[in-house]
Amino acid sequence: MSKVIKVKEADAELRSRSFEEVVLGYTEEEALAEAGRCLQCKNPICSSGCPVGVDIKKFIYYITQKDYAAAYQTIREKNNFPAICGRVCPAEYQCRNACVFTKKGSPFASEKAINIHYLERFVADACMKQGTAVTASRPELSGFKVAVVGAGPAGMCCAGELARWGVKVVIFEGLHDTGGVLRYGIPPFRLPREVLDFEINELKKLDVEIIPNFIVGRTRSVKELFAEGFHAVFLGLGAGIPSFLNIPGENLGGVYSANEFLTRVNLMKAYEFPKCHTPVEVGRHVVVIGGGNTAMDAARVALRLQKMSGLEPDTTILYRRTEMEMPARRLEIEHAREEGVKFELLVNPKAFFGDKKGRVTKVRCARCELGAPDVSGRRRPVELAGSEFEMECDVAVEAIGLKANEILTKVTPEIKVDKWGDVVVDSQTMETSLKNVFAGGDIVGGEGTVIEAMGMAKRAARAIIDRLLMERKEERK
Amino acid sequence: MLIVGKKVLVNEEETRITRLEVLSPELCRKAEPGQFVMVMTCPEGERIPLTLVDRDEAKGTVSLIVQEVGHTSRLLGRMEPGDSLHALVGPLGHPTPIKNYGTVLLVGGGVGIAEIYPVARGLKAAGNKVICIIGARTKGLLILEEELKPVSDELLIATDDGSYGQKAFTTDILKQKLQEEGNIKLVYSVGPIPMMSRVAQVTRKFKVKSIVCLNALMVDGTGMCGCCRVTIGNKTKFTCVDGPEFDAHEVDWQELTQRNRVYEEQENHICKLFEKQANGEK
Repeated sequence: MSKVIKVKEADAELRSRSFEEVVLGYTEEEALAEAGRCLQCKNPICSSGCPVGVDIKKFIYYITQKDYAAAYQTIREKNNFPAICGRVCPAEYQCRNACVFTKKGSPFASEKAINIHYLERFVADACMKQGTAVTASRPELSGFKVAVVGAGPAGMCCAGELARWGVKVVIFEGLHDTGGVLRYGIPPFRLPREVLDFEINELKKLDVEIIPNFIVGRTRSVKELFAEGFHAVFLGLGAGIPSFLNIPGENLGGVYSANEFLTRVNLMKAYEFPKCHTPVEVGRHVVVIGGGNTAMDAARVALRLQKMSGLEPDTTILYRRTEMEMPARRLEIEHAREEGVKFELLVNPKAFFGDKKGRVTKVRCARCELGAPDVSGRRRPVELAGSEFEMECDVAVEAIGLKANEILTKVTPEIKVDKWGDVVVDSQTMETSLKNVFAGGDIVGGEGTVIEAMGMAKRAARAIIDRLLMERKEERK
Repeated sequence: MLIVGKKVLVNEEETRITRLEVLSPELCRKAEPGQFVMVMTCPEGERIPLTLVDRDEAKGTVSLIVQEVGHTSRLLGRMEPGDSLHALVGPLGHPTPIKNYGTVLLVGGGVGIAEIYPVARGLKAAGNKVICIIGARTKGLLILEEELKPVSDELLIATDDGSYGQKAFTTDILKQKLQEEGNIKLVYSVGPIPMMSRVAQVTRKFKVKSIVCLNALMVDGTGMCGCCRVTIGNKTKFTCVDGPEFDAHEVDWQELTQRNRVYEEQENHICKLFEKQANGEK
């Protein structure tokens, strides 16, 4: 069979001195060759790996026919943001893992699996250049108004779904800019801002209104939204609150949550300081704690800041388990390593130490080995006695997970939350305990991926549409 | 977000304090004493927290008072009526628990006076006997004296140099008052960290409940980043969503002082650049 078409990437040394995109995407020739490898299975299983069920076989077929507009429409039927998902989806755990070329039972996709995400990205980028014509396709729900809280992946997806039915959607966003985690969390070298802005503009073409600087629960309550004539509310609040390790010295200067570090750089553009006014500590010796995508992002950002400031790069990821157990996308781990991020595996941070000014100077860690599997199914790290050692660091970033943002739920007791503060929903309709209030994304069930958030948002949108259709029927009686 | 009014309250001894009236019917409707907003001056700007000092329901405006200390506050001080803020969001943080305590004492130092004003007004309206102690280095730096008069049963003034009121620190007067009046139920203070930590010491001695409103650095102001974390009774709290008011006796003042200085170097750098540019333009 023909060989896998590798995607071109920017040179590791050059790219890690800027925030320019790392993965360059397929050329048309490459896309055609890769699409040509698809077996067009009679009973394809790849779509079962996609949280929103994109008809993968069909869109790949259209690529082989060079009908990119049809390929784009096919993806858009299920996925509102192909240019984003083609870049940030952990395809090796999802569609590519389901591809017939992946060995059965493998935890992630085999190398031979079709590069579905790169094909998706190729189609989206091609259409982005040409311009698309997306409009409200079925205006039968015009006259209804829905409020969406949060302009992140879940909120934007839900808004897009509803707007296509002619529903008037207003998105209320707490920050001054849109995109949620796509803008404050994911660095531009993984998701260029013009791509994000393109997708948001697509949404605006559907007449979706976005109001920034507006915190539902503070600026206005959920109750007030209903009183103002909104028929339903969708909560895409996100997992907003960073977790900390709870070890001594954590509040020293230079110790950041990944959320803070990334927000300063990505949203506030601290890498352009002083042209942009938000500062960030660059750090001669940076440690990043964690093994997820956020840890990889933070480490690669820290490394870039060092290189762009003319410092000798020294950024190290500290992780309690081995690379195998890291939840990050394999590609991100590879990219981080290529760029010069160092890895200290099987180490557990115990305490930070600082100088007289209260700034962090070192971290003490213990070495670990893997013990018996824990509730997550991963082998639990067990500290080795007498293994403690110290590492110099003047910036430490903790990327160990997020908890629910309770700013809305705390003032809206009618919306039931679980013991983690996540919103409790009906898993079919995504409706909360408060009637006509729906939720999706990380505020339901904790941190997930962009596409999973979109999957939930779509289910919620479907339920909202059904309810509004019923109301319309009632009106006509 | 449109600035509709501006008044320079103080402009001497290199101290500039400005009051801005900003059009925001949304905030005006919701603002309660003790709450704050996040503000950006321009698209390249920082997000900084500012206390909601006052509101004018007829005009749909809120008042912000800002002392020029860093780059962003200087930019704010240079904005004029007709200019628009790039971002303004709130109200954030827990409101002050306003109720009838009996006799309450409020201490405001420097620009902190602006922050005790809405609390004094709220507590007065709730039926409390309100004693306010306000202080500054010298007479010219004192703000809001006239506004505080009608909401205080007693207004005491301290200046470091004795140019107005008593030649004393606010905490000296506080101590004296706590000795004289046996029934003070609450001391609420906002000001420079050394003043607030001193208030904490004094009130601890007198075993009086003491609330402070903290001025930690913030980025988003909604609990997302943890930049504003402070140690309260050995526990880490976020000033933005858990505060901004805390029990003065529980605050780790040294940590707060140090955390607020983390970006001193960068701040000096950008301020110098800005000055150079401003001078060059002249």
